[in-house]
Amino acid sequence: MRRSGFYFVTTTNKSQGVGLVKAQRAHFAEPLQLRSGATLSAYDLVYETYGSLNAAKSNAILVCHALSGHHHVAGHYADDPDNIGWWDNIIGPGRPLDTDKFFIVGVNNPGGCHGSTGPATINPVTGKPWGSDFPLLAVVDWVHAQARLADLLGIDAWAAVIGGSLGGMQALRWAITYPQRVRHALVIAAAPKLSAQNIGFNDVARQAILTDPDFHDGHYYEYGVTPWRGLRLARMLGHITYLSDDGMAEKFGRELRGGNVKFGFGVEFEIESYLRHQGDKFAGYFDANTYLLMTKALDYFDPARETNGDLAAALAMARAKFLVVAFSTDWRFAPARAREIVDALLRNGQSVCYAESKASFGHDSFLMVDDYFHGVVRAYFANVKT
Amino acid sequence: MSTAFDRPDFDVIAGWVQPGERVLDLGCGEGSLLKRLIETRGVRGWGVEIEDAKVLAAIANGINVIQGDLEGGLTGFQNGAFEHVILSQTLQAMRRTEEIVSEMLRVGREAVVSFPNFGYWKHRMDILNGRMPVSDRLPYEWYDTPNIHLCTIADFDAFCAKRGIIVKERKVFDEGREITEEHNFLGSLAVYRITRE
Repeated sequence: MRRSGFYFVTTTNKSQGVGLVKAQRAHFAEPLQLRSGATLSAYDLVYETYGSLNAAKSNAILVCHALSGHHHVAGHYADDPDNIGWWDNIIGPGRPLDTDKFFIVGVNNPGGCHGSTGPATINPVTGKPWGSDFPLLAVVDWVHAQARLADLLGIDAWAAVIGGSLGGMQALRWAITYPQRVRHALVIAAAPKLSAQNIGFNDVARQAILTDPDFHDGHYYEYGVTPWRGLRLARMLGHITYLSDDGMAEKFGRELRGGNVKFGFGVEFEIESYLRHQGDKFAGYFDANTYLLMTKALDYFDPARETNGDLAAALAMARAKFLVVAFSTDWRFAPARAREIVDALLRNGQSVCYAESKASFGHDSFLMVDDYFHGVVRAYFANVKT
Repeated sequence: MSTAFDRPDFDVIAGWVQPGERVLDLGCGEGSLLKRLIETRGVRGWGVEIEDAKVLAAIANGINVIQGDLEGGLTGFQNGAFEHVILSQTLQAMRRTEEIVSEMLRVGREAVVSFPNFGYWKHRMDILNGRMPVSDRLPYEWYDTPNIHLCTIADFDAFCAKRGIIVKERKVFDEGREITEEHNFLGSLAVYRITRE
């Protein structure tokens, strides 16, 4: 994912980062039993690694991606130098996720649209793209799939699993589902479950896609079209919720594109221009079925469901130490939601640090260069043994 | 306020905790007290701190630090979750003094509170001379002080008595030495161990 536009702030340059990277692919022939009851008979995962795995294989960090993310977390490709990883600013020699010390793994989750098996790949049974026949996945399914990648790489236990947003939920899930395989869980800009408001936003986004005339019940590939209008709307809506009111006011205010209102429906305000641009760009490369699947995984996530709604009981089996970070301007996953995780850990007497950054970029803050957030992650990793 | 200069209360607190106990340090700063209690006394520690730079330093020190504002109470902390809850030289700077003491005794079996004694003889002399006290323990001028709820040892005793709070132990210091008589006159720093039990 290449992020550009008003909010993308990067102080990184290629020479300081991990530099040239290559995506790798692994095939998993053993069926993956899914939370839904369905089975994924075989699947591919694409992944990237940065830094070197030490002899004890004890310095590995898994970076889990969020809704629109993927395996290309850092660096750039030889044949596509402008395609810089989505979390490049935090990964590299001397950066908070220091590749001189750690071996970092990024993976595109099953159901994704960046190379791993997903709705747009060919269903071996039909010889056609899976489309809406691709099973809906839950966060725990991703974690199981990632665990098999860890097996393949010979990693018994991650030094740390880290993620923001939906990625943070995966880190949380890892700590619960594979307590012996995670030494540190870094849960950034996340929540223990979505609120009704959050599910509501997701459903409006899904409805935009599902009601697009080019959706064709999810089998649009066969018609040579994509439900780009719906996907574009979904992304525009999402974008509003990822930014903060103050941040938007500061960047766009009521600025007009042409200086005057035109009494029409074209682009008038700067914010319209920004959102439409983001929507168009996203709809141009992202798969609508993946978007549907990812938002459903978000909605379904609720590890406390297994312990009668008691999050502390769900987390009690975790052996990891935790770093939880929230952003005060994030109203999609507000600090109070992150505190639910912290409070549950405190109830159990577990090891947890909690930091709240005042970065002004709303939910997207975790992707930005925020000195405090980066400082916290750096300080935390300084105490993570390899 | 957590400053690094002489902290005789640290020694006292170290003597009051037992290995394996859960300790919550409110306004833990960079976590130096907790680090010491963990390393030398084998406690399990958590801290609360509001300032970014101190939270960062506490994380670097390997301390379990929760960033938050004590003025909001201790919401999120369970009743009786800790054996000891510490408020070291911060009480006098709190807006909601009563609330924080009651919250400490809710989440902790006992609370350790230390504060500069306003009844210290040098402070009384300053007042007699017509000036607000400025000392090692009270280093601020009246116009820039964060200390808005200063009290004397006698005041704090009365505060506890009125609320049915039991003073289990009290130690008083001046210039790093323990004071054994005339606490409210000779002591510049008081350390209390209080409980409801």
